[in-house]
Formats: sequence, C-alpha cells, structure tokens
Amino acid sequence: MIQSTPRDTFKRVRDMPPPVLTIGVLGWLRTNLFSSAANTVLTLFAVYLLYVAIPPVINWAFIAADWVGTSREDCTGGGACWVFVLARLNQFIYGFYPDAQQWRVNLAFGLLIALFVPLFVRSFPNKTWLGFFLLFGYPIIAFVLFYGGVLGLPLISTDQWGGLMLTLIISAVGMVASLPLGVLLALGRRSEMPIVRAFSVAFIELWRGVPLITVLFMSSVMLPLFLPEGVTFDKLLRALIGITLFESAYMAEVVRGGLQAIPTGQYEAAKALGLNFWKSMLLIILPQALKLVIPGIVNTLIALFKDTTLVIIIGLFDILGAVESAIKDPSWLGYAVEGYVFAAFIFWIFCYGMSRYSQGLERKLSTGHNR
Amino acid sequence: MTEKKPTAAAPSAPKTPIWNNPTFRSVAFQAIVLMSVAAFFVYIANNTLTNMAQRGIATGFGFLDLQAGFGILMSLIEYDETHTYGRTFFVGLFNTLLVSFLGIFFATLLGFIIGIGRLSRNWLIARVAAAYIEIFRNIPLLLQILFWYFAVLSALPSPRNSLSLLDLFFLNVRGLYLPAPQPEPAFTAVSVVFALGTISSFFVARWAHKRQDLTGQQFPVLLTVLGLIIGLPILVFAVTGFPLTWDMPRLQGFNFRGGLSVIPELVALLLALSIYTAAFIAEIVRAGILAVSHGQTEASFALGLRPTLTLRLVVIPQAFRVIIPPLTSQYLNLTKNSSLATAVGYPDLVAVWAGTTLNQTGQAVEIILMTMAVYLTISLVISMFMNWYNKKTALVER
Repeated sequence: MIQSTPRDTFKRVRDMPPPVLTIGVLGWLRTNLFSSAANTVLTLFAVYLLYVAIPPVINWAFIAADWVGTSREDCTGGGACWVFVLARLNQFIYGFYPDAQQWRVNLAFGLLIALFVPLFVRSFPNKTWLGFFLLFGYPIIAFVLFYGGVLGLPLISTDQWGGLMLTLIISAVGMVASLPLGVLLALGRRSEMPIVRAFSVAFIELWRGVPLITVLFMSSVMLPLFLPEGVTFDKLLRALIGITLFESAYMAEVVRGGLQAIPTGQYEAAKALGLNFWKSMLLIILPQALKLVIPGIVNTLIALFKDTTLVIIIGLFDILGAVESAIKDPSWLGYAVEGYVFAAFIFWIFCYGMSRYSQGLERKLSTGHNR
Repeated sequence: MTEKKPTAAAPSAPKTPIWNNPTFRSVAFQAIVLMSVAAFFVYIANNTLTNMAQRGIATGFGFLDLQAGFGILMSLIEYDETHTYGRTFFVGLFNTLLVSFLGIFFATLLGFIIGIGRLSRNWLIARVAAAYIEIFRNIPLLLQILFWYFAVLSALPSPRNSLSLLDLFFLNVRGLYLPAPQPEPAFTAVSVVFALGTISSFFVARWAHKRQDLTGQQFPVLLTVLGLIIGLPILVFAVTGFPLTWDMPRLQGFNFRGGLSVIPELVALLLALSIYTAAFIAEIVRAGILAVSHGQTEASFALGLRPTLTLRLVVIPQAFRVIIPPLTSQYLNLTKNSSLATAVGYPDLVAVWAGTTLNQTGQAVEIILMTMAVYLTISLVISMFMNWYNKKTALVER
C-alpha cells in the first residue's frame, strides 16, 4: 500500500503566463503586422510609404505653413500659404454676393440648421409637420432671402450667387426635386400599363446612358431653342433642371431596387384591405421600400453633391469655380494647390459626413437578422 | 317592401360606373400620357424650328462635309485643318475611347490591388487601403482632374530639367515621353504566332477541361499555355533576329524629339480617372470577396483542396459573380466621366465635337443629339453584355 504523504497531495501551481509574444503590444504586432515573412515585407513597405508621404505633407500643411497676413508677401514659410485661402474665404463661401447682404445667406442657412436639428432628436414631437415645413415652406423663405426683390430686400440676381452657397443650393434643390421624381419614375417602370412603362424605361435609360456634362450642355445650349420666342430661363435654373432630370433617373433605379425587394404578399395585402393604388403605395409599399434602399439613396445624393461641380463648365461659379477664378488672379499666382486642397477638404467633409450618417441610419433602421 | 327603386336586373351585381372600371381607367390614363408626351414633343420641335429659322441656322447634317479649319491637339487618325467637320467627330470619338480604355485598365489594376489590400490581415495595409478609398471617393472627380492638371503637372520642371526614370522615361511640363517600339517587317511573324498561340491555348484549355471531366486526368494547362503565348513568340522573335528597335526620346533644343509623347492633358485625365474609379472598384472587389461565405472555403478545405486551389476554384469564381455587374457599371461611369476632359482641354468627343465644332457651326441640336447617341450606344452595348453575363453566371436554384 502506498501511503500518501503530505508531499504527494495535490498542490495548486500558478498558471504559467502566456508567452510574451502572444499578448499585449508585442502579441498584437506579431499577429497583425509580422505574422509571416510576406506580411513583414508588406508592413515595412507600408511604413516606408507612409514615411515618404506623411511627414512632408504635415510639414507643408501645418509646420511650414503661413496663416496670418493679407498678401502673398506674408507667405515666407515655404509651406502652404493658407493666407490665400483666408483672404479669399468670403468669395469661396458667398461668391459675388454683396458683402452687405450676406446676412441673408447666413440667416437662411442658420434657419435650415435650426429646423434640421430637431429632426435628429428622437423625442421631438410633430416631426412630420416640421418635415413638411422643411420641404414646402422653407424653400420659399430661402428663395425670398437669397433672391430678394420683395419685403424691402434688394434684388440679387443669380449670377452673383456663388461659392459654397451655390454648391449647397444646387445640391439641396437637386436632392429635394429628384427624389419624388425618381419615385414616380420607379413606379412607372414597375407599372402594368405598357405605355407608361415604356416612357419610364426610355426616360431612365436615356439619362443614365449619357454623361451629366452633355445634359448640362443640352440644358444650356438647347433649352433656349426649345422655348417659345421671348421666354428665357435663368442660367442657374437651366442647370438645376438638367441636374434634377439626370439624378432622378439614377434615383429611380435605386428606388426600383427597393420596390422589387418587397414581397408580393405586401402588394396583395394592401389590395385586400381595399386601398387604392396611391394609398397602398404611400402607406404600405414605399415606406418599406425606401427604408431598404437608404444606402443607395444616400450614395446617389453623395454623387449628386459631387456632380454639382460640373456646373462650372457651363459658367456658374460654385465653390470649385470660385477657387478656380481665385488661383488665376495675378496677385495670387502659384497657390493652386492650396485652393484645390481647401475645396477638396470642404467636399470631403460633406461627403464623408453623409456616408457616415447613412451607415448610422442603416444600423438604426435595420430590423433584419444581422450577425 | 320599403325599396323605392327596384332594379330591373335584380340578380346581377350593381353596375360600376365606367370611370371606376380598371381597364377603362388604365386605357384612358395611358391615352392621356401618350397625348401629353406627344404634344410636348410637337411643341418643342415646333419652337426649335421657329427659333432656328429666326436665327438663320440651317438644319440637317450638311455641315459634316465642310472644312473644319481648326487644329486638334492630339489625334489618333490623320487630321489637320483641311479635314471636314465630320472627321472631327471621329477624332474626338477615338480620343474618348483611348482615354476610357487606358483608364479602365489602370483603374482595374489599382482597384483590385487596393480592394485586396483592404481585406489584408496586415493591419497597416488594410488601414492604408481604407484611407485611400475614403479620401479619393469623397472628392469630386472634376476637382481631382483640375488638381492634377493645374496644380501638379503644370508645376513640373521644364524639358531641360525633366524628371527621368533610367533615362528612358521623361516627365516634364510638356508631358510624358516614353520609348516607342519600332517594329520591322519581320515582326509581323511574331504577332501572328502570338495570335495563333492565344487562340490555340483557348482550345487546349477547353480540351483539357473536358478530358479532366471525363477521365479525371489533369493536363499541365498553365505550362502549355505559357509556352504557347509567351514561349513561342519569343522563340520566333529570336529566330527572326530580334526585328524590333526602340525609338528613344532625346532632348533637342527646347523639347524632346522622338519616342512616344503623351500630352499632359491625357496624363492628368488618366491619373484622375484611374485613381477615382479605383476607389470604387476596390469597394466592389472587397464586397465581392466578402460575399463568398466562409462555409464555402471550409467546405473546400474539407474536400482536401489546398488554399491556392480553393481561391482559384471556389472563391474567385463565386466572387466574380458578385463583382462583375457593378464593375461593368463602373467602367461605364469611367467612360462617361471621361467627358470631363473638356475642363483641361484634352480633345475628347465633348471637347472637340460638342465644344469647338458646335461653337463654329452652331448646329447645337444635331451635335448634342449625336454626342448623346454615342454615349447612349456605348452604355446600351455594355448593359447588354452585362445582362448576358448575368444570365450566364446567375445562380441556378432548383
């Protein structure tokens, strides 16, 4: 018999710590950057790439850059001359809008933000009415503020509009007008009436098949020919018509994707409840379909926002146009990079913001089974 | 009985008024739509004809045969001032096709590299790829084109101080200069052998596939095809005595002579189009690869396929089914976006034809309609191809 002695009894030994190379910073580095020879080479390559690219850019944009001053003589640092952008900031934002009247633009955009913010507050009551006011009431107020001519506001014609303000106006009008038109076209394309369907298909495919620039050319060159003698359209209005028609075709295809994804049972259920076509669409089908295609709609809106830059080709001065004319100013020659970087930064902020917001919205509205 | 108005045909259902009859409503609505669209077009056509008559613009395509009288910066076909307006159309069209083709090539290359990099297990590479995508797809293409042209390329050194790579490639403010291949007559043989090799390797691959299906025996397809497409032409090239010389760009006076010169407008447009579209292609590639469920890879491993074979036979074919349709529409976008060439003066279809020719002739309606028809044709052809491909590769379920 073996006698158990105190020495043989089980004694708990402390767990060995995991190998140093698998935990903490070292472990992370090993799995994420140096897991194999090929990966190590890739990491070193990326580090080299970043080393070549990032420090000079940071040096140019911040360390050696000049921020204060009024003329090009103040740019002595050898880096970016942000003085140029700051000196022209007013033109970049308002175009040729008279200085004394710029409060109208500020007021209109301030009002827009003030009206928009409650829409994002979850507990805010009467959101529907606010939305209706934003869609139908606000544009009238904004137009009166921008254009003037009534209520003692001096008239400011559209060829003085420009800069970021014009970019935002064109994209806002394009967005608000192209969505309902796109929904109508999508419904037309799914219609059982052959003639309506044929026209919708023809319209959508025509606009989707041609570049926006030819549409803008058409609206600026051919539209005056289409109208009866004596009727003239404002240049801005012509561009807006072109952009709206063009984007509505893209919007229609996005919405059609959503309509197709709704099960037939929903259409049949709406009919069984005795709803007519418009009621079944507005109350049953479209709310579900539009929710499904929010990412697609936002992508189209981002594309629209970027496409507004094309109006400079038909002679409107949006923010890119304002930058273009500023860098050709003889007293500021040689600062093209600063101007373009500034415009790119503005566009980037807006587009990236929109895409992040759409991702958030998608997550919030998602009722499916995500893993 | 309290009924005041007994109906004549009691058993039949009450007659619906005609405006509530679905068939009638549908026909009437369509008739209204048709008539209003027709009226709209008649109105527009009428106005246009009146306006044009008043401005003294002749309608029709007679202007195509007139002498153009303006020079074009770059042309793939023979062209000078004495050629007709009709020819300017083709000059523009070929320039558009050239930049689209090159753009599609570079954008695909860059897009695939970045899309795969985005999925890399290497943290740094994945972040760099993600940053690339987020930066470049959120900046308008026109801005990028103008940036490359006015900010980067016009800041390049003069020809005397060109940036050069191995003294073969030169980049300066006047453009990019490359060595140009100069094939001698005997080089035709090499091209013929190359073409034959490509065609025959297609048949070899098909035969080998069929044989493997029937007998299970594998045939070294890759080696054979490499031999046919690359080996044989090189052999013929050597046998015929290397009938290819290179015309090198040389600095003469104030600029380079010889070689292949690429105008800066094309370089800027190509850079912007490729970089911008590559960001979108990268996202498509990433989505396509992620769409192949992990179960497929695991199943393939369980069947004993090695990782490379798994990638080639299981993941890539399924990923391509997802990738190809959006990829084609990106190609289409690139082709349409190449019309932004007009902003930097690259002589594409819109710049030459809908720009200079339109301004000189004033034939707005004809020219704009022809331009739109060209783009429309290209996009319809590509979408027809896409539908065909979709039908061919669509998942067949039960």
